[in-house]
Amino acid sequence: MQRVEALAAARPRGRRWTNVFERQGFLASVLISPAVIFVLVLVGGPLALAVWLSFTNATTGLHGKWVGLENFRHEWGNPAFQHAVWHTFLFTVISQAIVLVGAGLIAHALLKDFRGKWILRFLILLPWAAPIALSLMAWKWMFDTSYSIFNWTLVHTHVKGPLDVPQYLAQPKLAMASVIAVHTWRILPFAVVIFLAGLSSIPKEVDDAAAIDGATGFRKFWSVTLPLQLPIATVALLFGIVFTATDMAVVYILTQGGPPPSFSTEMVTTWAYKTAVESGSLGPGAAISLFLLPVLAFVSIGMLWFARRTEVS
Amino acid sequence: MIGRELREKGLPYLILGPFAIVLAFPFYVMVITAFKNQTEFYDPSVTPYWFGKHSPTWANASFLFHQTQYPTWLANTAIVGVCVVAITLVLALPAGYALARLAGRIGQSLGVGIFLTYLIPPTLLFIPFFAVIKQAHLTDTIWSLVLVYPSFTVPFSTWLLMGFFKTIPQELEDAARVDGASRLKTLTRVVFPISIPGILTVVIFSFSLVVNEFIYAFTFISPSDHKMVSTGVYTDLIRGDLPEWGAIMVAALIPSIPLALLYNAFLDRFIAGFTGGAFR
Repeated sequence: MQRVEALAAARPRGRRWTNVFERQGFLASVLISPAVIFVLVLVGGPLALAVWLSFTNATTGLHGKWVGLENFRHEWGNPAFQHAVWHTFLFTVISQAIVLVGAGLIAHALLKDFRGKWILRFLILLPWAAPIALSLMAWKWMFDTSYSIFNWTLVHTHVKGPLDVPQYLAQPKLAMASVIAVHTWRILPFAVVIFLAGLSSIPKEVDDAAAIDGATGFRKFWSVTLPLQLPIATVALLFGIVFTATDMAVVYILTQGGPPPSFSTEMVTTWAYKTAVESGSLGPGAAISLFLLPVLAFVSIGMLWFARRTEVS
Repeated sequence: MIGRELREKGLPYLILGPFAIVLAFPFYVMVITAFKNQTEFYDPSVTPYWFGKHSPTWANASFLFHQTQYPTWLANTAIVGVCVVAITLVLALPAGYALARLAGRIGQSLGVGIFLTYLIPPTLLFIPFFAVIKQAHLTDTIWSLVLVYPSFTVPFSTWLLMGFFKTIPQELEDAARVDGASRLKTLTRVVFPISIPGILTVVIFSFSLVVNEFIYAFTFISPSDHKMVSTGVYTDLIRGDLPEWGAIMVAALIPSIPLALLYNAFLDRFIAGFTGGAFR
């Protein structure tokens, strides 16, 4: 309070200038516009540029000839692209299904108070808190062709002979499973955080009321807990979809879209990267990455719907 | 009765224990490998779950710091992180406050709009950025990253700060205003000081986004001495054609552990800010 009085004592000197800043609307726009302009230039600009590039045959730099929808048409009929879309779909759906169930369970258990909660939470959040490119190196080592810890275990428990151990990143189906597993591992803690955020906003009275009404066990779960979870699960799912369908680090670092020749883990993102950067076809690359826009649009609409819903209630 | 109590008490451990083991397992392997003697990696008679008789050793760490560019990558990452966080705060702090307090309903919609741009992923933007950065001759310098990274830290931080400012009681500001303080003074002398925990949260989470980023850093920069930690460790810790597994694990642990500790320490505040924007 003392501070407030001191502030009051220091009367504004440059009156006319200060008065402008006293107008709420003016001050608001002065404070907001730098960030808005910045976002428009640094996100909107490149997005527009990506759209422009996708209609050209630009290789490197910005100079390309206008080719209309040719890039999109070509990719649409390209088997490599079609596979990439299918892989991205599998990658997203399977990992998110596991993540939702796992995160719901973990978040609920973390709401209770118990000894050692801090360390358990720390361990559970590690995969999301640690930089992904670095933690992936541990996975690369664990999936190593000759010295995999999993294979060492299989051999030493006599489940497999030393010569017929699985090659986690080199067999097409197994590579896909590995990539999905690692991504699930990575995104699960993030979903836990979203769940915790959502659960913390549910008033405790709801629980008490249910208890008074005699709702217990499965019945309480089905008619009280689950409906309240739905919005939170939706938000976690929407984030999860974006962070999965548009993620490149996990797949690129582990398999680079491989293993060749089938490229069973090629995603829309890695295919765009290879086309644009590795083969130097910026135009087609941009077109490929823009195929992710419908996913983003869907998620954005979902988020907006959610934001509006919470505002009303 | 006793059985029931045991079940209630034991349940969290029963659920969380297995998850914790699976989720933290790669980090356990990281620690073991980081301090293991080179020859023991490749010896099937030595268990990968623990050390052999020549371990633990500092040899991998010493190799990493004396014979690789790792210290340079750490420094690069720190420089980029500090610059990006500074730019982010300058833009997001005023915007977050104004969106929460001054702009009313439009502020809420604008806030959601800014947040949605955070969802536009690097995989969509790296191609145009790549073209622009080549044109501007910024490739192969860390300044290209200082330019690009705020494109995701600013939307993210604006949203978080908006949430934090909503949780600060309006009465505090009203009191200062009634006492005759100008709006700007109220902002710098009353609002910002009590928002320091929230601001720190934004600093930590923005910084960790910078250390985490891979695609831009990987696409824009190829000379080894200009790399970031996340790309250098992936591409350059190879001797002959064998990855230097021991050194790689040390290199991965050094930024991961402090970041994870900070992350956990500030998680509750993060949740408050994150939901402050959405659920209120």
